[in-house]
Amino acid sequence: MLRRTVDRVAADARAASFRTRSIKKDAKLQGLRLVVSMTDLTTLEGKDSPGKVRGLCRKAVDPAPGIEGVPSVAAVCVYPNHVALAKQAVAGSGVQVASVATAFPSGQAPLDLRLEEVRRVVADGTDEVDMVISRGALLAGRTQQVAEEIRATKEACGSAHLKVILETGELETYDLVRRASDLAMEAGADFIKTSTGKVAPAATMGVTLVMLEAIRDHHRATGVRIGMKPAGGIKSAKEALHYLVMVKETLGDAWLSPSLFRFGASSLLNDVLIQLRRLDTGVYAAHYDVSKE
Amino acid sequence: MSSSSTTWDYAPAPESAPAEIAEAYGLFIDGEFIEALDGGSMDSIEPGTGQLLTRFAVAGQADVDAAVAAATRAQPAWAALPARERGKYLYRIARRLQERAREFAILETRDGGKPIKESRDVDIPEAAKHFFYYAGWADKLDYAFPGRRAQPVGVCAQIIPWNFPLLMAAWKLAPALACGNTVVLKPAETTPLTALRLAEVCQEVGLPQGVVNVLTGAGETGAALAAHPGVQKLAFTGSTEVGKKLAEGVAGSGKRLTLELGGKSPHIICEDASLDQAVEGIVQGIFFNQGHVCCAGSRLLVQESVQDEVVEKLAWRMQQIRVGDPLDKNTDLGAINSAGQLETIQRYLALGQEEGATLHESGQFGTLPEGGYYQRPCYFENVQPAHSIAREEIFGPVLSVMSFRTPEEAIQRANDTPYGLAAGIWTDKGSKMFELASRVRAGVVWCNTYNRFDASSPFGGYQQSGFGREGGRHGLKPYLKLTSWGAEG
Repeated sequence: MLRRTVDRVAADARAASFRTRSIKKDAKLQGLRLVVSMTDLTTLEGKDSPGKVRGLCRKAVDPAPGIEGVPSVAAVCVYPNHVALAKQAVAGSGVQVASVATAFPSGQAPLDLRLEEVRRVVADGTDEVDMVISRGALLAGRTQQVAEEIRATKEACGSAHLKVILETGELETYDLVRRASDLAMEAGADFIKTSTGKVAPAATMGVTLVMLEAIRDHHRATGVRIGMKPAGGIKSAKEALHYLVMVKETLGDAWLSPSLFRFGASSLLNDVLIQLRRLDTGVYAAHYDVSKE
Repeated sequence: MSSSSTTWDYAPAPESAPAEIAEAYGLFIDGEFIEALDGGSMDSIEPGTGQLLTRFAVAGQADVDAAVAAATRAQPAWAALPARERGKYLYRIARRLQERAREFAILETRDGGKPIKESRDVDIPEAAKHFFYYAGWADKLDYAFPGRRAQPVGVCAQIIPWNFPLLMAAWKLAPALACGNTVVLKPAETTPLTALRLAEVCQEVGLPQGVVNVLTGAGETGAALAAHPGVQKLAFTGSTEVGKKLAEGVAGSGKRLTLELGGKSPHIICEDASLDQAVEGIVQGIFFNQGHVCCAGSRLLVQESVQDEVVEKLAWRMQQIRVGDPLDKNTDLGAINSAGQLETIQRYLALGQEEGATLHESGQFGTLPEGGYYQRPCYFENVQPAHSIAREEIFGPVLSVMSFRTPEEAIQRANDTPYGLAAGIWTDKGSKMFELASRVRAGVVWCNTYNRFDASSPFGGYQQSGFGREGGRHGLKPYLKLTSWGAEG
């Protein structure tokens, strides 16, 4: 594999340029609906309860009762303990269940336990597995180990889709983000994902651009389309639209689909819904007009 | 989960703020807007639509005489002002440009065809920055050149081009005024509007009468101004052809001269560069402002081992370039400045193919206003160093792609040009970067970036690209007589 470097200053400048696009009228409406359909609605907290997961699933299936044309989100993303319940709650809706696994968020557990966790969530019916890589091994230069762990996890997934979380906030340099993206894709990732949401900085436009460019090169070389999921930190509808602009102008319209692009977010959805309601009714809803859960 | 992908296009997003444009404009002489003495005028066409935008006066010899006389009268008092006071005027101009930025951006885009995104984010803010920067120098001239006494030169004639009308006016006016000179400025005949609006700003801030005069017109006006015996200093930015004529004209007259002329700048991409960013640099280098940039990176020199990859990435990237209505906020490539320039570009596109190069046109047309002057971004492959498109300045969105095998060959090819304005170098290896940068003969060398400007950084060329530097401390020099203390300048 050819080792590619990334110039941080120039990559950030390019990422910032997408923010100058002006998305209005029909483009905005269509874009916001697309954002909803690409959202992995997420709850990953120690205090998560069956009730909260049930509420999340309800909202995932029908995010905006009363606003016409708003689709379901792509998936709900939960901890392993809630997979079976979530699967039941979204049954028949087309909404996928994604489970974090592999000792999320740190990955600091023996490999066999991490793989067992994956097999368990798959047995509970999860459609998608969001794994974390061993950042310690990667930073120490043991790239082979990281690749082998991803391969083993992919095997444990069976037919479930695998998203590989790089935790870019811990990798720090764009060069390493690029290297991690390349090795995850070669080791069998269906999606590459920026962050757990537990480490700052989480997703940024710069880091997402670097990963999109890695996906583009992988597609050039192999013809295979890998998906992308920025997660954590994307809170406003406007910002989400700028991510879509970046995807469109980096990878093309083919990636503007929930099968190839997702937002990992919890609070983003409500801002999008407020914007959609404004386009529908002409007035802004108050934040309390949209349910938090 | 839907697996079908969507086509998602941006809706039209035209800049809709009002910006008043009068039916006709006069000359700005001695603090007043007046008609040309012989009543001459010209049309200004909006390149985005090909329609008449406004009419403006054409200054004849009598008007040139009047403007130079006004500048001559105003100069001693202007130079005698406490330097801090001169600085204050420049600060005021800078602030007014910021306050009226949106209006200026719209005028610049309608008059010249450049995308509103660029006039809004580059031209107007950079122009304001230039005034701010030189305002700071006004009361520090005695420290700019240690041991030397700094005095103004006198009356300056400044002739500016149509590619960055307001920004070039700022580049010229700010240092001249900071140094205590007075000015007669001649904007290009296709883009007189923002210079005239800047004259209005000069009135607004109470700049003393005659310190800045603006004469609109075509080549004859410029020639009359350059030849005027009352002018002590001539500064010109524009084509090498006109620059040479001006240089001949002032030879032996004792007038000081600076020329900022054309270029055919090399953009070198080494195999160890960060290629995605390098491709972005190539795009910024040649397609910024429709390629109407004297320092445009119009000769791409890419290392053979990554040539296919770079060209493939470039082709993909160019498909994303949105060509369209300059007033649309999502337009990347606006209108070509004039019908004449579009013709020049198209002549080179034909010539390049006749000479054996392969033309690729790209980009996507949005909804084009009818009647405007538009050209898709394009690049040539199979270009030989001897081809016209590899040697002559096209001043349009046209890139010539060539290759090299070793750094030595890169330097040799980069320097094989009559010009020497700018160069770009992309490599991730620091030592190679310094080696190449020190051996490429160009006034400005950008490393891992391109087309970056700052008021504090000097700009200018070698050889046929002209002489003299603008920007930074260096930019003061052409506007000062430097003598030793005790001697009378």
